[in-house]
Amino acid sequence: MSTLVKPTANGHELQALEGSVYTTKFDKLLGWARKYSLFQYPFVTACCGMEFMSTACSHYDIDRFGAAFPRFSPRQADVLWVVGTISHKIAPVLKTVYEQMAEPKWVVSFGACASCGGPYDNYATVQGIDTIIPVDIYIAGCPPRPEAVLDGLLKLQELIQNEKHTGTSGRGYK
Amino acid sequence: MTDKFPEQIAIEKKLPHAVYDWHAQHGDRTLIIDGTHLLSIATLLKEQLGYNFLVDLTAVDYLPRKPRFEVVYHFMNLETKARLRLKIQSDEQVPTVPSLTSLWPIANWYERECWDLFGVKFEGHPNLKRIMLYEEFKGHPLRKDYPKTKRQPLIGPEN
Repeated sequence: MSTLVKPTANGHELQALEGSVYTTKFDKLLGWARKYSLFQYPFVTACCGMEFMSTACSHYDIDRFGAAFPRFSPRQADVLWVVGTISHKIAPVLKTVYEQMAEPKWVVSFGACASCGGPYDNYATVQGIDTIIPVDIYIAGCPPRPEAVLDGLLKLQELIQNEKHTGTSGRGYK
Repeated sequence: MTDKFPEQIAIEKKLPHAVYDWHAQHGDRTLIIDGTHLLSIATLLKEQLGYNFLVDLTAVDYLPRKPRFEVVYHFMNLETKARLRLKIQSDEQVPTVPSLTSLWPIANWYERECWDLFGVKFEGHPNLKRIMLYEEFKGHPLRKDYPKTKRQPLIGPEN
């Protein structure tokens, strides 16, 4: 962990504690803990779901990133994966799920449909979920390959790691 | 123009003026019929001619052609594998045809879908309400005069 430093006293390393104690900032520690303990809520509606499943299966193994635990209850999840086309009919459900999730919470927009309506410019499709809920990470592709999904996940974890939780200069929860 | 089909002859024996027109291309046999006789024709097809399967039911909007709407029924005889298509033409703002729910229960959902997207009214349907879209939606979006990009969201911005 690059963010940890060895304890020193007046510029000298404390030999007795070397290897057993590290000091860091509370923000960094909390960010590190959060980014490797993501409980995801997969809101899967369309073809992107297959890529999502493939990313979760053994070959790509999203579990390696500490982000594999799907919870189908919004109250037990902190990352909402919006995977697929969102129609105006299902949009209120998505918004309710988002609102029921406890904070801190993050949203991943998975694929072209969730991000901007994809190929569907018609009466039925929401033109991007950011018109109804805030989004942290967009994953491009129709559908995105598992590599792109993992890249999106790493970007989200980077964002979570660098969030400020103390003081007034934080990101501020929505 | 092809010769009359056996089904058509059987229908015309019972209802002499019910069939307006017929055609067959590549084995697709089609009868254009008088909508008011639909129920008796469908009963005849089902009970006497062996067309025991209502494969599909939909509508087509041919705007600006007159008559504008066609309600299309696809029947199949599961024993002989024969297929037959019935069409009803209408130029009304809300085309109205009899419901087939009394003969085929599946017609219930087909007809609700057709009402939802094309605004075809099925008389005698037990519960003719929207099935694909939500109750608050105004209009019938598969009609040609529904604006392609018009949106009616339940929540959030219009476009």
